[in-house]
Amino acid sequence: MMRHSVIITPDHVIVDGNPLMHNEKGSVLLTELYRNNIGDYPKFFKMDTLSKLGFIASELLLNAEGNRSFEPREDRAVILFNRHASLQADTAYQATIQDPDNFFPSPAAFVYTLPNIVTGEIAIRNKYFGETSFIVIDDYDEKIIMENLKNAFQDPMTTSIIGGWVDCSDEEHFEAKIFLIEKEN
Amino acid sequence: MIVCVAHNIISPLGVTTADNYAAVKSGRSALKRYDGLWGLPEPFVASLLDRDAYADDRQTIDEKIVIDSVSRALEGAGIDTTWTRVLFIISTTKGNVFLLDKRANAFPQERGRLGMMAREVTRHFGNPNEPIVVSNACISGVCAQIEAMRYLESGAYDYVIVCGVDVQSAFIVSGFQSFKALSPDECKPFDANRQGLNLGDAAATIVFTKKDKVGDNEWVACRGAIRNDANHISGPSRTGEGSYRALKVALGDMEPEKLAFINAHGTATSYNDEMESIAIERAGLAGVPVNSLKGYYGHTMGAAGVLETIISMQAVDDHNILGTRGFDTLGVTHPLDVSNQNRATEKRAFIKLLSGFGGCNAALLMAKGGLR
Repeated sequence: MMRHSVIITPDHVIVDGNPLMHNEKGSVLLTELYRNNIGDYPKFFKMDTLSKLGFIASELLLNAEGNRSFEPREDRAVILFNRHASLQADTAYQATIQDPDNFFPSPAAFVYTLPNIVTGEIAIRNKYFGETSFIVIDDYDEKIIMENLKNAFQDPMTTSIIGGWVDCSDEEHFEAKIFLIEKEN
Repeated sequence: MIVCVAHNIISPLGVTTADNYAAVKSGRSALKRYDGLWGLPEPFVASLLDRDAYADDRQTIDEKIVIDSVSRALEGAGIDTTWTRVLFIISTTKGNVFLLDKRANAFPQERGRLGMMAREVTRHFGNPNEPIVVSNACISGVCAQIEAMRYLESGAYDYVIVCGVDVQSAFIVSGFQSFKALSPDECKPFDANRQGLNLGDAAATIVFTKKDKVGDNEWVACRGAIRNDANHISGPSRTGEGSYRALKVALGDMEPEKLAFINAHGTATSYNDEMESIAIERAGLAGVPVNSLKGYYGHTMGAAGVLETIISMQAVDDHNILGTRGFDTLGVTHPLDVSNQNRATEKRAFIKLLSGFGGCNAALLMAKGGLR
């Protein structure tokens, strides 16, 4: 059963069907959302765009759920999907090795060249020891996503999932459409 | 029960499962030192396929070895890949990432997307379904098998073809070098003098189906779990949190005495092997033999979980606990039963364990003839 939902694009933010007011667009929008709605997690500024997007979307989602306790739990999974994997971070890392005369591979950039890092960022923030997973499909397909999430409840401990689409091709082009779903008895 | 009906490994050690297992059993490794390869300023040790043997301007080497591996796995299996009830799941961390280096190739940029790479594979096999790509760092190969188990358990498909693949490139090697994670020599899993990991190329395929009755000699994927450390994106938990929890779920109510071995991640980095020793002891499995295959193949990333599961099934079929190549003196703080020699076993089950960046961990229990 779907409990809450968040949509973020470069010019729209919608929480549980209601538009959230904001002034900025694009990459600056993510920073504005962080300052207005979170503010106490400076690790945000180290993240790549995909992680920033997924982190902000999950924070808005969990604020909508309410009663945030940050107590460790193993019954909640984080399972996200997208099209471009970690392309923005991959492009940024490639720039550090492209020129043989200016070859300075950056470990801080390299660590984000995996799409599942965003699921780890959300797990760390919320102390979720449950399942985290990242799946790439070349087009957004709600049927594939919902079937996959329903399957994930086969895990003996998972009772709720932060799931959905978190995609970005570069710092200015992104789309998050995530939700909180609970296991049906 | 979810049963393995076919498999294949393409690696520098061979293009069939049998060749690969024979090579590993005899102690052969494909690890070699490369100096100046791909213009990289630092030398490195890796297990690499012959790039020229796969050169083509229509398909990348990743796509070619996936297609080759799946084709060989399906030989004689009687599975029509054009059926709507056959699903492809690809496990990869970086796929065609080398396409980002525009000097390197003439392929369209979109082929760098993992979903496009996977579609090239399903197009080849005439499969009508959208392929699922699991990209969950180094645990992808076990995650993909867990996904396959779930799709079959739900009844949505009759066969799931899981193929894990990664091919090394300047992108990946320089990244691990920048992390100071690579060993200057052949890696030494769980050893006191381990200095880091080696990387490797491979594609490996497992085909699963669901059966009500299972024969004594059929391999069953019993239980799997994925758990997060909730600790750090690039360093494992000091308490082995995610691996411990994944192990607990995968083991379930099975007695540890029934396990032939745990095939660990065993990358030979200081932190990984230490963390695994903590997790294995916490899960009450310190008495079970532990091995790592990284000394034969290096770390094959998206292929590792699939490749190492197949080699482990072959080892149990052969009543053998494979030795951990490169290991000499135990160098983790929690006692583990590791050996560099092959050892005999009559047990019929094992656990495959993996962990990766993003704090993710996965464990899978495989049993010959199922749980009984």
